[in-house]
Amino acid sequence: MYAVRLWSVRHARLMERLYEALERTLVALDPAFRRIGYERLARPVAAVERTVKGLLFDCKMCGRCVLSSTGMSCPMNCPKNLRNGPCGGVRADGHCEVKPAMKCVWVQAWAGAGRMANGGAILDLQQPVEHSLQGSSAWLRIAREKGAGAAPAAGTTGKPA
Amino acid sequence: MTDHGAHSHGRLEGVLRRGQFALTAETSPPDAAAPAPLLARAHCLMGLADAVNVTDGAGARAHMGALAAAALLAQAAIEPVLQFTVRDRNRLALQGDLLGAAALGVPNILCLHGDDLARSDQPEAKPVYDIDSVTLMATARRLRDHGTLPSGRPIEPRPRLFIGAADAPIDPPAGWRPDKLAAKVAAGADFVQTQFCFDLPLLRRYLAALADHGLVGRVHILVGIGPLASAKAARWMVANLRGVHIPEPFIERLERSSDPRAEGRRLCIELLQELAEIDGVAGAHLMAPRGEAAIAETIAESGLLARRSAA
Amino acid sequence: MNDGRLVDPGDPLPPLPGHSSRGRLERVLRSGRFAVTAELNPPDSADPRDVYDRALVLSEVCDAINATDASGANTHMSSVGICSLLTRVGYAVIMQISCRDRNRIAIQGDVLGAAAMGVANILCLTGDGVQVGDQPGAKPVFDLDSISLLQTIRTMRDERRFLSGRKITVPPQVFIGAAANPFVPPEDERARHLGKKIAAGAQFIQTQYCFDVPRLRRFMMQARDRGATEKAFILVGVGPLASARAARWMRGNVPGVHVPDAVIDRLEGAANQKREGKQLCIDLIQEIREIEGVAGVHVMAYRQEELVSEIITASGIMRDRQPRLPRRAAKERTAS
Repeated sequence: MYAVRLWSVRHARLMERLYEALERTLVALDPAFRRIGYERLARPVAAVERTVKGLLFDCKMCGRCVLSSTGMSCPMNCPKNLRNGPCGGVRADGHCEVKPAMKCVWVQAWAGAGRMANGGAILDLQQPVEHSLQGSSAWLRIAREKGAGAAPAAGTTGKPA
Repeated sequence: MTDHGAHSHGRLEGVLRRGQFALTAETSPPDAAAPAPLLARAHCLMGLADAVNVTDGAGARAHMGALAAAALLAQAAIEPVLQFTVRDRNRLALQGDLLGAAALGVPNILCLHGDDLARSDQPEAKPVYDIDSVTLMATARRLRDHGTLPSGRPIEPRPRLFIGAADAPIDPPAGWRPDKLAAKVAAGADFVQTQFCFDLPLLRRYLAALADHGLVGRVHILVGIGPLASAKAARWMVANLRGVHIPEPFIERLERSSDPRAEGRRLCIELLQELAEIDGVAGAHLMAPRGEAAIAETIAESGLLARRSAA
Repeated sequence: MNDGRLVDPGDPLPPLPGHSSRGRLERVLRSGRFAVTAELNPPDSADPRDVYDRALVLSEVCDAINATDASGANTHMSSVGICSLLTRVGYAVIMQISCRDRNRIAIQGDVLGAAAMGVANILCLTGDGVQVGDQPGAKPVFDLDSISLLQTIRTMRDERRFLSGRKITVPPQVFIGAAANPFVPPEDERARHLGKKIAAGAQFIQTQYCFDVPRLRRFMMQARDRGATEKAFILVGVGPLASARAARWMRGNVPGVHVPDAVIDRLEGAANQKREGKQLCIDLIQEIREIEGVAGVHVMAYRQEELVSEIITASGIMRDRQPRLPRRAAKERTAS
């Protein structure tokens, strides 16, 4: 919901701490998830994730969550789906070029990043969304990718100079 | 030779309007930012094919863009048929490329759905499908005949385009109606190129059904055929490409031969000569993956071009 | 640089170390000269001559011509098409690619195709939303954004591969650019965002229209502090306003254009608003060129190529060199 997601950005530091705790939990649960089977967990976990993140951030379940790097403002609410915004069309009042009644998702993002301990992550270059991941659970993906301690998390490339 | 009433300035349309058996070929743009690899492959078709199709994102993969490739061929005096898939571009981009094609001297376009992203090496790309191929044909025709974009904005002067659609012959069951093809013709298809069809009896039955519904006289049909390189290649096509008809006896012919490539060319030539006699077949569309040279040899050996000057 | 033979502006120059392209724009910028680029807005026509007529006017006053890509979300001849026509007769072009209308497969194809046609410069844009154009029902694509587009082209050029990893046999030798708009929110973050674009591969920048020089100065100072001006060449966007009313219209209807009240008042108070708007543009150019770190200007005036030419000439910024009309274009002109 719009009002709630604005609230989340205003409290980006709190969200950051909550998310860090969540990520630690997910990674710790990786062995348990493997025993149960990631395939079987896919739908129920996605449903929970959609509900929680939907409420807090208007999450669109893109499958590759980058909220920690976008000041807790979900980039999929941007009508141009920018993963590295803002664009050059932002209105003088900070509202969206395409949806004038809506505050620019990326103005929000940069503001939120300024409140976070690891706000510098907004300078990371984000890769384009993998559309084939639409609807899948990012939480499970984190657990699997970081739990195995395998390759570094996909979705970002180097920091800017 | 007057081209009064012709839609385009192209040779392909001229050949078809004169009732001569047309021959088109196909080439896929290279993975290179230079004209040389494209021209090196397509060069052998000059003077043999009436026009050469340029594929658009074949296999749902990125290659040199089709519009630029078609412009390069046109500049090299090889008439292109620019393929337009609707998978990767929305209507704004498609209309922009139609205008670009016309200005760059590309007379022929072929509107297609496009290979599915599932087969791509980038399946995570976003599928567009803003408009379908039928709508694209209608857009092209409206631009050509009325000089307006779908928004109503006028384009002056109008582009000259010969509009094509894709089709796949089937063995028509009782009561079957060629609704999809009819829709394409109604939307503006001037010619059609079909998927591989080596089964001529099936083709005749298909054409009879089309004729029953009044379609044969209304659109130029070029039947898909090609010099098969081997039995294995033929079997792969039957298994993986939709709508392909290659009768088993032909595949066995290739299997038994000591020189399958030459046999494949011979087979193709026989079928071409037969196709040229079938009422309702306006020409052949020759395809062979990376086989431009084989296609050129096939056309040259078929004797069909010589027949034209004699007529 | 000149070995005595006349070279058309768009012809590939001998490769130089440290250069990404064989184009003239990169040479002008890297040699420290103040660059001038201008925009060509495509006609509503399928006739190449209409494109050539417009380019003719611009060719002698700028280092390279931008070919726009369905700007304002209105269909025109595609930028690949325009660039193909222009490079054929020897113009130096900057091809604009917008992320709005094509997915990554089509875009990678257009990059190779453009380079094969002789395009040496590509400008990476996000693109206006479809709602500002005359087909608002079009599906917005935005598969890539301007930053992933920059990375994509750089990968194709430097790593010789597509995003999928598949090899490219002849890479596109292109000078890669991006847009910047320091005149809209979040103003304080625009310099950091510019840093992201440079990290992603932007070698030159063209900004949106500048009518607010103090704001530009603040941005340039931040850009200098962050080292951006050492890594990328920043060309500032300028253009003539036809009248106070036109200025208000642009402010309200063209996304991202910021026109301060002071400018509108100046026009309002003028006896001849159009002449005042032109003079304002010339004054802005003179002021902007003195700002440290500004490498050039990008002159834009929708469908008014003659006016652009007059402004550039009157401002004197091209005095140190004389771009030539391409010989093949000259032949085209005499032939028609």
